[in-house]
Amino acid sequence: MSIKNMAEYAANGETPEVLFWVGCAGSFDQRAQRITRAFTQILEKVGVKFAILGKEEMCTGDPARRAGNEFLFQMMAYNNINTLNAYGIKKVVTICPHCFNIFKNEYPKLGGNYEVMHHTTFLQQLINDGKVVLKDGGAFKGKKITYHDSCYLGRGNGIYEAPREVLQAFDTELVEMKRCRSNGMCCGAGGAQMFKEEEQGTTRVNFDRAEQALETGATIIAANCPFCTTMLTDGVKNKEKEDSVKVLDIAEMVAMSL
Amino acid sequence: MHIVQQILFILLAGAAVFIFTKKVKEMRRNVLLGRDEDLSENKDQRWKNMVLLALGQKKMFKKPIPAFLHLAVYAGFIIINIEILEIFIDGITGAHRIFAPALGGLYSFLVGFFEVLAALVLIGCVIFLIRRNVLKVRRLSMHELDGWPKNDANLILITEVVLMSLFLIMNTADLSLQQLGAEHYTKTEPFWITGHLTGMFSGMSAGSLIVLERVCWWLHIIGVFAFLNYLPYSKHLHIILAFPNAYYSKLNPQGELKNMKEIQNEVLYMMEPDKAPAASGEPATPPRFGAKDVMDLSWKNLLDAYSCTECGRCTSSCPANMTGKKLSPRKIMMDTRDRLEEVGKNINANGTFTDDGKSLLHNYITVEELRACTTCQACVEACPVMIDPLDIIMQLRRNLVMEESNAPGEWNLMFGNVENNMAPWKFSPDDRDAWVNG
Repeated sequence: MSIKNMAEYAANGETPEVLFWVGCAGSFDQRAQRITRAFTQILEKVGVKFAILGKEEMCTGDPARRAGNEFLFQMMAYNNINTLNAYGIKKVVTICPHCFNIFKNEYPKLGGNYEVMHHTTFLQQLINDGKVVLKDGGAFKGKKITYHDSCYLGRGNGIYEAPREVLQAFDTELVEMKRCRSNGMCCGAGGAQMFKEEEQGTTRVNFDRAEQALETGATIIAANCPFCTTMLTDGVKNKEKEDSVKVLDIAEMVAMSL
Repeated sequence: MHIVQQILFILLAGAAVFIFTKKVKEMRRNVLLGRDEDLSENKDQRWKNMVLLALGQKKMFKKPIPAFLHLAVYAGFIIINIEILEIFIDGITGAHRIFAPALGGLYSFLVGFFEVLAALVLIGCVIFLIRRNVLKVRRLSMHELDGWPKNDANLILITEVVLMSLFLIMNTADLSLQQLGAEHYTKTEPFWITGHLTGMFSGMSAGSLIVLERVCWWLHIIGVFAFLNYLPYSKHLHIILAFPNAYYSKLNPQGELKNMKEIQNEVLYMMEPDKAPAASGEPATPPRFGAKDVMDLSWKNLLDAYSCTECGRCTSSCPANMTGKKLSPRKIMMDTRDRLEEVGKNINANGTFTDDGKSLLHNYITVEELRACTTCQACVEACPVMIDPLDIIMQLRRNLVMEESNAPGEWNLMFGNVENNMAPWKFSPDDRDAWVNG
């Protein structure tokens, strides 16, 4: 892959169409790296001129802020906004709804104003514009798919339809879980729970959510967030269904169908 | 005889309004103990929210069955209260059904309509009682409601059943008296429902019917006054506060967390010292980071607490609660109100708040509850009157972490990683783009 970072663009005096904000999970987590690669594969195939920040990217501060550590969040925000503003970034796309929410709702108050898109909305537009065409109705022909709304894309920002529209482009059956859209249930990772053991309870949040997904009889659980993907994969494993049911990010599904 | 009733009525009404006003002022004072928060912008949207969410009960309709029953009880209860106007004038002037002669047929139509509503309220309340006590709907029978909250709920429903029954019996007795041609009882058309019930009282004399009618009239109006003064101590206060609470509700996307300007500035002055204002007598830091007690919360959080009717839609949608964790967004709101009332009583007794060695954090809401939240906003989404339990949870979390350094070890590791490696995990920042080669 020949993915250029902002420093390289700037050195050549070029401006990319869009900055791809990879996020920490997409950068470091092995499972999430597959989502990152899938998304860049689509961008390259379509010919979108994009850049990453590379080593200059830092955590947005989301887990620190939601754990209650506002100082650390403000430090991270200050540094990231400085970097982005120095490059004159206008448009950002990200594969993480937590980063998306921070860019859309929380950085503007701190002087970071960018047009930001979640990758599912970006993909929906590429499909609508005819730039992405799925081969033979996609790699999941005839399969049953259920979609898990992440909290920060759904309830947090009211984006329910764009990811579903992408899924409808596949020649598959989309089945909803009992709890979906604004009533969707969390995967259990938000609010910095990803980085600690759950409090004492009768079961784990991701076990419950994965069970709800399995109840639909779907063989693919489509997600839009690297953290949800991890949580739901663990939940499916807990039910020993990992051989028959796969948890995939929508970007991976599109990349597999190009 | 009439004049005695009139004097009694005026005294009773005066006392009821006086006591209620006093308590309302006290609650207003309590709400204003909270931190200032400017929610005056975008008035158009706010009016729209109030009409749709409070008056129209838009969010209730996510659960259609309780929504229709609730709408019937609510509409009935509010509209029938127009009748209170006549009761008031009758009570003061000693007249009887003062509007009847002037309105003629329309009067009987209106009272008939009220009777239908009264019957709906009655049926609705009985079904609600069954849902609570027989069917034991999960969110309405959880342990956090043990004691006063459960009794409060049942008391409200029983009171409404009693009030509506009194209203219907009163009208039946009135019609029977009209049939007997009793003096003072203005002739009307038979009312829609009680017109069919007069047979019940056919054997009774005019004297005993008058006693029955008067007793019902008095009990009904005493009940209404008592209920008015019961509201401030009850979850039922939502019938009033749903309106201002919907008006002042959050207009930004739910995913947005409130910024802490003072910390933003602190970081800015640290990174760019030339931007820091010259030192003055003002303390550079706010008195408290996040919230430890109710006074640290915003006034809107406190209004939220008084507006909560403990329906539990938040708790039944909370992923932490559903999986057996101690967190319950409803309990967060109940605790906030209880603590606020305690602080209010403290101020009543001492003039100003005197430290009682307690706080909302720890004494009411535990660390374990706060740590269980995934910030998924399901509770915020679920609330029909736009209460935001998450905002309180986050402010308490901020206090825990920033003032008490009270975070689980794993979070401290995460903080360290974010600070040193720019990612929540212990990876080298140099490897951030290593996936490119994978």
